[in-house]
Amino acid sequence: MNTIAIIDYGMGNLHSVAKALELVGDNAKIIITNQAREIKKASRVLFPGVGAIRDCIEGLNRLALSEALKEAAQEKPVLAVCVGMQAVMNSSEENNGVDCLGILPGQVKLFPVDMYTPDNESRLKIPHMGWNQVQHVKDHFLWKGIAQNSRFYFVHSYYVESEDESIVAGSTEYGVKFSSALTKDNLFAVQFHPEKSQHAGLALLKNFVNWSVE
Amino acid sequence: MGLAKRIIPCLDVDSGRVVKGVKFVDIRDAGDPVEIAKRYDEQGADEITFLDITASSDDRETMVHVVEQVAGQVFIPLTVGGGIRKVEDIRRMLNAGADKVAINTAAVFNPEFVKEAAEKFGSQCIVVAIDAKKTSAKGEIDCWQIFTHGGRKATGLDAIEWAKKMVAFGAGEILLTSMDRDGTREGFDIELTRALSEAVSVPVIASGGVGHLDHLSEGIISGKADAVLAASIFHFGEYTMTQAKQHMQQAGIEVRL
Repeated sequence: MNTIAIIDYGMGNLHSVAKALELVGDNAKIIITNQAREIKKASRVLFPGVGAIRDCIEGLNRLALSEALKEAAQEKPVLAVCVGMQAVMNSSEENNGVDCLGILPGQVKLFPVDMYTPDNESRLKIPHMGWNQVQHVKDHFLWKGIAQNSRFYFVHSYYVESEDESIVAGSTEYGVKFSSALTKDNLFAVQFHPEKSQHAGLALLKNFVNWSVE
Repeated sequence: MGLAKRIIPCLDVDSGRVVKGVKFVDIRDAGDPVEIAKRYDEQGADEITFLDITASSDDRETMVHVVEQVAGQVFIPLTVGGGIRKVEDIRRMLNAGADKVAINTAAVFNPEFVKEAAEKFGSQCIVVAIDAKKTSAKGEIDCWQIFTHGGRKATGLDAIEWAKKMVAFGAGEILLTSMDRDGTREGFDIELTRALSEAVSVPVIASGGVGHLDHLSEGIISGKADAVLAASIFHFGEYTMTQAKQHMQQAGIEVRL
């Protein structure tokens, strides 16, 4: 049975992502859990992201889920979303600096405050909020059926800077060019919210449900 | 190419029913918020905002069910405003599937509430709604003030200064409604929108006064808004979301089509 565990580390609002997975899940069993053993048992894991990075890491540690998540990333398909993506990096500038899980090499940085539109007319707003384009930097099963430069819904003030170019799966421009999708082995991480990105987002989630890693 | 400007239809909901009338030719029950939200989603709305105008608190639970149902079927961001006064109200809406809540009057009476909300749930889901009215006379330097109670009560607060304060307190977005223009179909208050949008670092949604598709483009280009919100021009089937987006694209605005 295809069981997808959505990690609940106490930040709430997992309703949308669970509903989206149910919709595209081909009868996969969707569970929302804060138990390491459920994560171990599941066939895939979705690591969602809401709130601030410190609360996220503290939540994982308090529930003793960090190790389960690291193990999962070695063994089965894992999709990390938004703050979830940021949490798998080495460290983040948010909350005066937070050590993250270090599953992928790279840092999470605050967008510069003095970014301007290409015509220099207006200052770019932070958070980066709304529908922006994702350029597929490499072919991947999770991009299947999704057009190059499709728009996904973003909302974030910090962005991921990967130390390893070879793990970048998608990139997006907002004042700076940043990694909007990273992948290594069983792990796929996205800065945008697939559960809020209508057709393109649902397509990506469906691909995740069907992704079998060799 | 980059971030698209957003179009956000707004639905006023009273005891679980959309009011002010929404007409789609092939929807039997035009007052059902779930059906209407689905239709806007199909047409390409970038987000949907629900404004709960239910008077009695007994019926507030109804809005939670509406949000739950919409969130189970519509996979774009949802904002809920109206009656958000306590941390518990926010938690309930977010757990039901809302992505953001709009805080209006409660912010005016208790600014600390915005701070508390942003610290608890993150700025990304805290929208501060500002209802502003021009208070300067012709010939004077432009000045707008915050009004409450549907534009009837002046607060003495300067709209621009208030917006800056709300951002400092953690607001992640500002929903700006011109009470002079709301319902007039004469277009946004462009001066107000631009002054406020240039004064704050977070995205600004322009609202109040849209009667024609050109008004949407004006709000973005002249008003420097990051998103535009409209109700009646979409509700009555005058224009579809797609037409609005194509119109904006022709004006040189980047949209999601």
